[in-house]
Amino acid sequence: MIVLDKRPQPSRMWSYAAPVLAVVLTMVVGGILFAALGKNPVEVIRTIFLDPLFSKNAWFYRPQLLIKGAPLVLIAVGLSFGFRAGIWNIGAEGQYIMGALCGAAVGLAFYPMESWLIFPLMIMAGAIGGALWGLIPGLLKVRFGTNEILVSLMLVYVAESLLAAMALGPLKNPEGMGFPGSRNLSQYPSAANLELISGSGMHWGVVAALIAVIFAYVLLARHMFGFQVRLAGQAPRAARFAGVNPARMILICMGLSGALAGLAGMFEVSGPAGQVTIDFNVGYGFTAIIVAFLGRLHPVGILLAGAVMALTYIGGGIAQSNLGLPAAAISLLQGMLLFFLLAVDVLTNYRVRFSNRVAA
Amino acid sequence: MKRRTLLASGVAAATLAMAGLPALAQDKTKVGFVYVGPVGDGGWTYEHDKGRQAVEAEFGDAVETVFVESVPEGPDAVRVMQQMALDGADLIFTTSFGYMDQTLEVAAKFPDVKFEHATGFKTADNVGIYSARFYEGRAVQGHIAGNLTKSNIIGYIGSFPIPEVVRGINAAYLAAKAVNPDVEFKIVWAYTWFDPAKEAEAANVLIEQGADVVLQHTDSTAPQAAAQAAGNVYTFGQASDMAEYGPMPRVSSIIDNWAPYYIARTKAVMDGTWESDSTWDGIGAGMVGIGEITDAVPADVKASAEALRDAIAAGEIHPFTGPVNKQDGSVWLADGETADDGTLLGMNFYVEGIEGDIPQ
Repeated sequence: MIVLDKRPQPSRMWSYAAPVLAVVLTMVVGGILFAALGKNPVEVIRTIFLDPLFSKNAWFYRPQLLIKGAPLVLIAVGLSFGFRAGIWNIGAEGQYIMGALCGAAVGLAFYPMESWLIFPLMIMAGAIGGALWGLIPGLLKVRFGTNEILVSLMLVYVAESLLAAMALGPLKNPEGMGFPGSRNLSQYPSAANLELISGSGMHWGVVAALIAVIFAYVLLARHMFGFQVRLAGQAPRAARFAGVNPARMILICMGLSGALAGLAGMFEVSGPAGQVTIDFNVGYGFTAIIVAFLGRLHPVGILLAGAVMALTYIGGGIAQSNLGLPAAAISLLQGMLLFFLLAVDVLTNYRVRFSNRVAA
Repeated sequence: MKRRTLLASGVAAATLAMAGLPALAQDKTKVGFVYVGPVGDGGWTYEHDKGRQAVEAEFGDAVETVFVESVPEGPDAVRVMQQMALDGADLIFTTSFGYMDQTLEVAAKFPDVKFEHATGFKTADNVGIYSARFYEGRAVQGHIAGNLTKSNIIGYIGSFPIPEVVRGINAAYLAAKAVNPDVEFKIVWAYTWFDPAKEAEAANVLIEQGADVVLQHTDSTAPQAAAQAAGNVYTFGQASDMAEYGPMPRVSSIIDNWAPYYIARTKAVMDGTWESDSTWDGIGAGMVGIGEITDAVPADVKASAEALRDAIAAGEIHPFTGPVNKQDGSVWLADGETADDGTLLGMNFYVEGIEGDIPQ
């Protein structure tokens, strides 16, 4: 009989080992899945996890890791604050869209004027747009006690409809022959978020993601706010006695995660994506939730988790075209990652004991 | 330091890879396909993949085909196309309108690789475009629908309000109106190409509003299933035959047949005769097929629909022949005048008689 004993303290060792074990388990079970699909499991796993880094075309894939990973890390860092404090912003995807829309709208409003001021203004607009969208569920929770999980999630669908309306209406390219989609911002020098070093994949969004990681690390380790966030998550009652204002905490966490998601959207729309289109969002806001947990809600962990997740996307694409793997198998692999992490986390909080007695 | 050497070697490898490409790819012609949906969607992507399989069947060992499915229309598409080009593809078909700018971007980097973009309007020396005159098939559908409806309400599930879809609505309406002056169109925009849940919902809304014929410009079979559940509602297969829903509700279909074009273009690459082109073929050339009209349709209607199909194929009838007014009552086509391709390609207005506005 297997018995689970709750640990008095979460195991430190397991809290580091769990994500690694989850990745390994994902590879093993994924390998079995691929074998069932009639593929050589070792070859598939190698293609997904190693080819983007070490194959003959790795010079092309490595920069792609930055492009794919940066929005994930940026969003996940923002989410991690709320998640630590028990505030569940599930709607980063919507905040990502709103940031992109606001940023793009500012840029397009100036078209075709050229000025170095335009890009900084777009960055601000992106952050504000995302923050405001994130504050809606925050304010509703503080004022009316609504559930931020539901409200933030529902607002994703509102944002998607707004995105479609903008791509078909006010932001539509007047020279696009009636087709939906805005002008291409990456072809408008003052608004373009281009690679800082050609061929490196390094754009302003990557820089922002790295800054966010450092900033979050310092905030959590050295700053009063970081202490309050950790306290609110670990001991809500103690936090209240320590003078943590829950309403303020909710608003800051929702606003902060919204702002970072909005920034991610803005950097994406002005750089890699280039234009506002109906299908602009591709799920970064949701995938970032996996990244945040896989990274243990720790800034450095998130950086690594974002890299692993980006790897599965890029390697997944290679596996599809070179080995004929279906796209659904890749999505399954990514889902498994979170599934196993949550499962393995039992070991962090519980001690497994084998007992002869039948537990009641 | 390390990062810089890494980058430098990357650039060197890039130059090598690009220079080495044509030489490596001599023996087998490699053809890549980028799909927007899953190959099992039963509609749009499914038919493109049948075209790919036809290329393999035609040329056997002389070609190798690769594909990546469910590729979002953005930076991911750039990565996938570039990856295919790097892995030695000689010809790449990008099979969604939303890949337009991405196709041109990648094509500019790989002048020796040929690209074919479906349903777009931008070409380059190594980018050709192709599409099908689906509106010809829509006219046949409209003819059948106008005859079948008893409630005189025909439902239409639009995907996105782009010229391609608006053109289909207009063509179907004109043909329906010609045989049934009392006919009325109800249009629901699903804002998706493929989302079974949304499509089923749209179909149900239309059926509740009294539609007894539902046309769809989305790719899944969900509306067929919804109509089947409702009973006494007629539908048409979209992109693919969807014959499994015949003889009721599916009474006919528009079938995209890309195989002849894909085979011809692959052959041109093999022969070295490929040139950038702009192809827009219809029923006559076989790119648009009309699926079998089932016995649920009265024999005289079936006969007249087939006559219409054949007349369009022979070029005797143009679905857009005057007199036709625009929705606002202004004259679009004078008596006997036919629409020019330019207007059709950018069509962003309803013809007179259709109620409602195109979402802006």
